[in-house]
Amino acid sequence: MSANAATPNAKSMSIIVTKGTLDWAYPPFILATTAAAMDVKVSMFFTFYGLPLLLKKLDLQISPLGKPDMAMPMMGMHMKMPNMVAMLPGVNGMATKMMKNLIKKKGVASIEDLRTAAVDSEVELIGCQMTMDLFEFKKKDMIPGIVIGGAATYMEKALKSDINLFI
Amino acid sequence: MADKTVDARGDNCPIPILKAKKAIGEVPVGGTLEVLATDPGSVPDFRAFCQQTGNTLLEQTETGGVYRSLIKRVG
Repeated sequence: MSANAATPNAKSMSIIVTKGTLDWAYPPFILATTAAAMDVKVSMFFTFYGLPLLLKKLDLQISPLGKPDMAMPMMGMHMKMPNMVAMLPGVNGMATKMMKNLIKKKGVASIEDLRTAAVDSEVELIGCQMTMDLFEFKKKDMIPGIVIGGAATYMEKALKSDINLFI
Repeated sequence: MADKTVDARGDNCPIPILKAKKAIGEVPVGGTLEVLATDPGSVPDFRAFCQQTGNTLLEQTETGGVYRSLIKRVG
């Protein structure tokens, strides 16, 4: 059971999700699922590079390029990758594999699992129509149960929400 | 003895909370849910969870790196 229309005084939150890399997919889904568990009504608006997080088949990657703040634990130290190295072919794949291993080892949920939890707890998932047109995504390739809308659809939610986040 | 126990040992944020939310719905009103977790962050998180959902946090203890939260279902 989650917060829904049956509890009119429930708190509400909206999140604009603009990034679809493996690392940046975490904050919105963690906050959305946790808020839903705390009886908060949640709407997530997926736009630009966040939109592919609604695709049925997820293939999330990270890139260490241009990320001087990305410190991966390695052999008891923290490794930061210079851009000269990060730009080489195969580095993104390697970094993604390392991150996925860490996620598994540290008992962190997968994005797939968090997304399923979001759907199960009735988080409203809104796909941006303009982004779908712009990047040629089809609704049939997206998970069922999502809503498609534009900025006004988001604004309607945001104006009524107690918390609005842009991630 | 709690009505139900959730084993969230080895799970990281926010899985202990998500598991507890699911499980507390299966506990009768007035009943208790015990959550076992190894994530130290779950200690303040269960305090916040109970505060927000109106359930009562009866006790929190730690034994050998396992954090146990005992929650009474109110609503």
